Amino acid sequence: MMISLFMTVLALLQPAIEITDVQDRPNDAGDGLHIYLATPEDTDNFLSYVIYRKEVNQPDNCWQPVMVELFPITGEFIVDGYDPDYLIEPGVEYMFRPATVTISGDTLMGEVFVSPVVSRGEYFNTSEISVFIAGMLFILMIFYYFGKAQKGQQMYLRPIAGIEAIDEAIGRATEMGKPILYVPGLSTISDVATIASLTILGRVARKVAEYQTTLMVPNCDPIVYTVATETVKQAYLEAGRPDAYNEDSVFFMTTSQFAFVAGVNGIMMRERPATNFYLGMFWAESLLLAETGSLTGAIQIAGTDAVTQLPFFITTCDYTLIGEELYAASAYLGREPRQLGAVKGQDACKAIVMALIALGAILSLVYMITGNDSFMFLREMLVSGGAG
Amino acid sequence: MYETIGIWVGAFFTLAIYSFLYKENPIYRLAEHLVVGISLGYTMAITYDITLKPRLIEPLLSGNHWILLVPAVLGILYITRFIPGIAWLSRYPIAFLMGTAMGVSFPLTLKTDVLRQLEAAMQPFYMSGMPWHEIFGNIVMIFGTLAALIYFFFSKPHKGLFFGTGSKIGIWVIMLGFGATFGFTVMGRISLLIGRIQYLLGDWLHLIE
Repeated sequence: MMISLFMTVLALLQPAIEITDVQDRPNDAGDGLHIYLATPEDTDNFLSYVIYRKEVNQPDNCWQPVMVELFPITGEFIVDGYDPDYLIEPGVEYMFRPATVTISGDTLMGEVFVSPVVSRGEYFNTSEISVFIAGMLFILMIFYYFGKAQKGQQMYLRPIAGIEAIDEAIGRATEMGKPILYVPGLSTISDVATIASLTILGRVARKVAEYQTTLMVPNCDPIVYTVATETVKQAYLEAGRPDAYNEDSVFFMTTSQFAFVAGVNGIMMRERPATNFYLGMFWAESLLLAETGSLTGAIQIAGTDAVTQLPFFITTCDYTLIGEELYAASAYLGREPRQLGAVKGQDACKAIVMALIALGAILSLVYMITGNDSFMFLREMLVSGGAG
Repeated sequence: MYETIGIWVGAFFTLAIYSFLYKENPIYRLAEHLVVGISLGYTMAITYDITLKPRLIEPLLSGNHWILLVPAVLGILYITRFIPGIAWLSRYPIAFLMGTAMGVSFPLTLKTDVLRQLEAAMQPFYMSGMPWHEIFGNIVMIFGTLAALIYFFFSKPHKGLFFGTGSKIGIWVIMLGFGATFGFTVMGRISLLIGRIQYLLGDWLHLIE
């Protein structure tokens, strides 16, 4: 018993980790602090450490363990404020106390450290300047070509087989007297692919209204369902056939991924649509949907920006819109000057990106030959965000 | 007892779904309707339990977070769709959500899909001591990226040395990438199938350990 008491006392006399400084985290909303720790030379006996925090004017029973981390400590500092249960409030003065937990289970309390700074938010995130500049440049390019298109300048768009086949696919369904199935992906409305898909849905629905074909649009997301309903209704109105619009043509199924697939596959096998569109964001269900559609003998047009799903669509569908072809599809279908201008503007942005890649490659070649790393300034600018 | 029933139910519905491989049949239809219905009901309960209750109802009842009334009202506006006279009100939350989503995703997409890609393409493709396959990989990456970008030029005809040959190389690079992705993903799917077969032969029939 004496030996164990002696060992405990010895353990408690060991130096523990201490807080040496606390600094405001730069470029944030005032919700983070950097905590600098001093670690003893020998940490072999240490298992983990706990950081306790309380507001300066709170009583002593308000200490809260806001961070529990394992040894070893990596990095120059640790960040406090990432845990949503223990948020840092801007402008509040905090004090901290570290505790070190040894392998034998003892807790070594460190000294209380009053933060010399309070957390403050910044209006501008200087580490994102490169994003800001690139964003402004891209927006300017798009508006430039947008203006040119509005002035009546003719814009050439190269043919894309998948887009040209849309009208043919709708015509086929009309001739066969069978319905058209349109799946706008399984993602939310915030996904660019979903928005592109809904724009195409508008064009498809207008054609469907003109040809008086049956359209089925199953949805996986309730908000996408709402927007899809409005889109199809509007398309029927624009086609001059509001009376032909069927409230049941756009319907919500379920938010569960594989339950949705089971439902859509069942529809495909029972209703036997002549044309299937899968345009939007897809995950593991892509092959299940497209394979079933292929079994029914339907003509299938797919389009997504999900790189992992595109191979499945390419192997099972008649036509596949790859990535940006999906975004450009609405401009192709509508041929409106503004949308054509936007496509041209995006091409100009791609040209800038290509030029930068080529320049970066040349500069890195010069760096390899000369060994002078100042030639890597372009890459450094992108890494640091232009903040120096 | 309950565990055994659960295993039998799981096995029945697994086979019911697999019966689709033969053809669409009433057993598959039963499984399909059950899975759709149960998933929807379950999602509603979960949404209430992990979103509405802890993030809206409880904070509002505590009387401290009145700002939450704004999203609450926006959410309620969705339901106006069911009242024809004021159904137009449901467009406000949709417009708010779409606008916010676009605003938030634009810089994020620009950063992750454009600037980080640029940064990766600007790596020095040769360093002393670098193995030859890594140097080759880096060169392929730079030229492959450029060629793939040429393929996605929509406002120029894919003719001539730069756009014609470039886009042809680009589509080859894209297809090679897709081939690799296809193989990788199929491996993942096969492991899912193995898991299901293990469930049927192990948990259900006890034919394997």
